[in-house]
Amino acid sequence: MIHVAYPAVLSALLLSLGLYAVLRRRNAILVLIGVELMLNAATLLLVLGDVLTADDRHSGQVLALFVITLAAAEIGLGLAIALLVFRQRADINIDQLRLLRESESEESKGIAP
Amino acid sequence: MVDLWPLSGPEWVFVLLGVVAVASGLFAVTTRNLVHAALSLVVTLGAVAGCFLLLTAEFVAWVQVLIYVGAVVVLLVFGLMLTRAPIGESPDADSESRWPPLVVAVSAGAAVIVLLLDAFGRATVDLNAAEIGTAEVAGAAVFRTWVLPFEVLSVLLLAALVGAIALSKSGGEE
Repeated sequence: MIHVAYPAVLSALLLSLGLYAVLRRRNAILVLIGVELMLNAATLLLVLGDVLTADDRHSGQVLALFVITLAAAEIGLGLAIALLVFRQRADINIDQLRLLRESESEESKGIAP
Repeated sequence: MVDLWPLSGPEWVFVLLGVVAVASGLFAVTTRNLVHAALSLVVTLGAVAGCFLLLTAEFVAWVQVLIYVGAVVVLLVFGLMLTRAPIGESPDADSESRWPPLVVAVSAGAAVIVLLLDAFGRATVDLNAAEIGTAEVAGAAVFRTWVLPFEVLSVLLLAALVGAIALSKSGGEE
C-alpha cells in the first residue's frame, strides 16, 4: 500500500522547482532544464493515475511514454534554437534577446543596449 | 485526511527517493555552476525513475533512464559545451528579480498540492494488486489501443528531427 499523497506532493514540488527555474534563469539551457523538471512532474502524475485507476488499457503509462518522447523532441529543437541564437548573437542570455526579428543594420542587432 | 503515519515500507522508499529528487532538483535550479546543474538533473531524473519503478511502471522507468538520463542530459551538456559555458561559476546565470519567480513557483506548487490532495487525498494504491507495467504489457497497450497516437507521434518526431537539422544548417551565415 502506498498513499497517493506522496507521489502527488512530489509531483507538485517538481513542478514548482521547474517553474522557478524557467522564470528565474537567464541562460537558455538552464531554462530547458526547468522545462524538463516540469515534464517529469507531469509524467509522475500520469504514472500515478495509471496505477491508481488500474486501467486495463494502461492509458497513464502509455501517455507517460509519449510525454517522454515529446520531451526528447522538445529538447532537440530547443537546443537547435539555442545554438542558432548563440551563433548569431554570441550569447544565449534570454534577457538580452528583446527583438524577435532579423537584424537589418548594425545598430539593431537585436541586442538591448 | 487519513492517517499518514506510520509509513509502510514502500512509502519509506518513496519518501527517500522523493527527498533525493527534490534536493537535487533544488540544487539544479539554484546553482550558478552550469555543468553542476545539468549533472544534478541526472540525480533528480534517476530518483524519479526509481519512483516509477515503485509505482509498478517498470518499462516507463527504464525508458526514463535511457532517454532522459542517457540522451537528454547528454544533449544538455553538449549544448552547454557548444555555447561555451564557463567551467566554473557564472555570476549572470540568474536574473536579478528574485521574488516574483519565487512567489509564482511557490503559489503554483501550493495550489497544485491543495488541488491534488483535495481530489485524491484519501486514496491509497494497492501495489500488490496492480498489474506490473512490464515491456510486454506496455507494448501490448501501445500497439493495440494506442497505435494511431503512436504513429502520429513518430511523424512528430520526424518533423522535430527535420526541423532541428534545418535550423542548424541554415543558421549562422547572415
